[in-house]
Amino acid sequence: MTTSTLAGQKRRPYSRILIYSVLVIVAVAFLLPVYMVLVTSFKTPDQVDISTMWVPSIAPSLASFNDAMQELAPNFGNSVLLVVPATAISAILGSLNGYVLSKWQFRGANILFALMLFGMFIPYQAILIPLVQFLRSIGLYGNLGGLILVHVVYGLPITTLIFRNYYAEVPTELLEAGQIDGAGFFGIYWHVLLPISIPGFVVVVIWQFTQIWNEFLFGVTIAGNNSQPITVALQNLAGSQIVEWNVQMAAAFLTALPTLLVYLLLGKFFIRGLLAGSIKG
Amino acid sequence: MAAQATVSSAPPRRRRFNRDRLTAILMILPSLIFIAIFVYGFIAQTGYTSLTDSNALQQLSRLPANFIGFSNYNDMINGTLNERFRTDMVNTVFFTVLFIVTCLVLGIGLAILLDQKVKGESIFRTIFLFPMALSFVVTGVVWKWLFNPTSGLNALPTLIGLPRGEFRWFISQESTLNFFWQDVPTILGFAVAAILVLAAVYFWIKKRSMVAAFVMAGGLLLVALVTFGDPNSLITLERPEQKGFNLALIALVVAAAWQMSGYTMAMYLAGLRGIPEELREAARVDGASEFGVYLRVVLPLLAPITLSAMIILGHISLKIFDLAYTMGGGDNLFIDMPGLNMYFLTFRGQDFARGATVAMVMLVMVAFVIVPYLITQLRGEKSL
Repeated sequence: MTTSTLAGQKRRPYSRILIYSVLVIVAVAFLLPVYMVLVTSFKTPDQVDISTMWVPSIAPSLASFNDAMQELAPNFGNSVLLVVPATAISAILGSLNGYVLSKWQFRGANILFALMLFGMFIPYQAILIPLVQFLRSIGLYGNLGGLILVHVVYGLPITTLIFRNYYAEVPTELLEAGQIDGAGFFGIYWHVLLPISIPGFVVVVIWQFTQIWNEFLFGVTIAGNNSQPITVALQNLAGSQIVEWNVQMAAAFLTALPTLLVYLLLGKFFIRGLLAGSIKG
Repeated sequence: MAAQATVSSAPPRRRRFNRDRLTAILMILPSLIFIAIFVYGFIAQTGYTSLTDSNALQQLSRLPANFIGFSNYNDMINGTLNERFRTDMVNTVFFTVLFIVTCLVLGIGLAILLDQKVKGESIFRTIFLFPMALSFVVTGVVWKWLFNPTSGLNALPTLIGLPRGEFRWFISQESTLNFFWQDVPTILGFAVAAILVLAAVYFWIKKRSMVAAFVMAGGLLLVALVTFGDPNSLITLERPEQKGFNLALIALVVAAAWQMSGYTMAMYLAGLRGIPEELREAARVDGASEFGVYLRVVLPLLAPITLSAMIILGHISLKIFDLAYTMGGGDNLFIDMPGLNMYFLTFRGQDFARGATVAMVMLVMVAFVIVPYLITQLRGEKSL
């Protein structure tokens, strides 16, 4: 394997140069928006000049981040209060569902699973009107409780899918051994499956965290004025047309920061969740 | 399968086993009930609302909404007041096609480049994939600034002494490939006919089956119907209404592809890594060039991934909301989408019936793409 590549490299040095140049050019293009966000947010409003948009400030200032932080702080808090319970509950339910669907197959389980998965792909507009009416009728409209419930329910398909595929890899002999030792449904789950579930939980938690943090449609339709998540606040700030560009960019950066950090630190697990979304990967 | 089940639930532990099986079903039941209500119950309710005249006035009067059949759907296609819906449908088609093509080309290109055992592969991969971790709202806000017509991307060429770009990006009002809404039945007819004819040719070459003849006959019949019939009379809208490909959509495609092409790349890369080196080596031994190896060996093996990627990307673009909302704000109809129309009809206009109608149209479009995909994916899994 290595020898053939070495030979390939020796034969075609120019193609190697070409490969690297294309990759570098595309990478620079992908990073342009990041550069722009940083350059703009380190400026003061009077430095944000359209003619010098691409030029970094000579005297970088943190004032924009300060302003953005003040604008977004309550919504940042809302998003945290939303993401933590919604992620935890949907991960636990997904793990149990995945356990049942992979190891306790019952008649019709596959069809029910397919019907469940469909819920992950629908445009949520198709359930939004009855959803709002329903939440209103049970007093969960306009508050974080309603948003948490919604994210848990519509998160069930993907969390179930990831855990089902994860547990399918666990050899059945391991479970049968537990059964012989007298362990029942919960015994096997608790003593056999859960201890080896950590990578599965990491994938699911990262995925749900990212999805819920980034979500907008439910946030803008279900949350009340005091429970708006950060994406809605960012959109309001950017759409108001009176907020300066430097503050907008700093706000975009702050909104992106948590999920970006997770991606940079735990990218491997993030990609695993990503590919699970295409069902088989 | 059935035989195996009877063997494994042999007498000694049978009792215990059945009780556990019951526990298992009880444990998954709440989730199933939630999905049944929140997905299927609510869809049914939305479907019903779309067949009524429900709106704010009706809700205030506390009287039940009147059942009016499919007239909301008819209004969307033919009513003078619902031009926005028709613009959105045309926008969705152009956006979806361009978005999918861009992501596939970029995705497979980057994946093949990264598959050449390049140094720093993980750094490149991280760079191409990081936009996936962002919210579409962040993407929209940032790209809106980059698309500022007097600066942003347009100012980039001036940094190396070239003239400034003139394209107005998402606020461009230009359009091309123009046609009239009344032409849509004809265009759709020919499009479907073309697909049928191509499918027939494919069936004939690949399988030599007689199905090809029937499909071909169907395709030709459709061509005849469209040519000699009067398909445009299907649209009863009186005023000629011009539609086209709004160039402003290019801005939306750039931003969306920036966010999603890394995902396509990751899918292809996973596929490429699954191809055994021996296969490529065999082709090389047969004298194929590196390019030939890709063309004849690798690409055909990636076809199923291309299909999966098209479906995943397609269903995302059909229901896109956040990005169009952030960039267009609901006022810029040149980049408007059905998801936005639904939101404004329902939550600003309190026109629940029409909002539900748009939502159902979106659902049907997505289901058309997703349902066959789910069926084939889960069927192929039977061996598990």
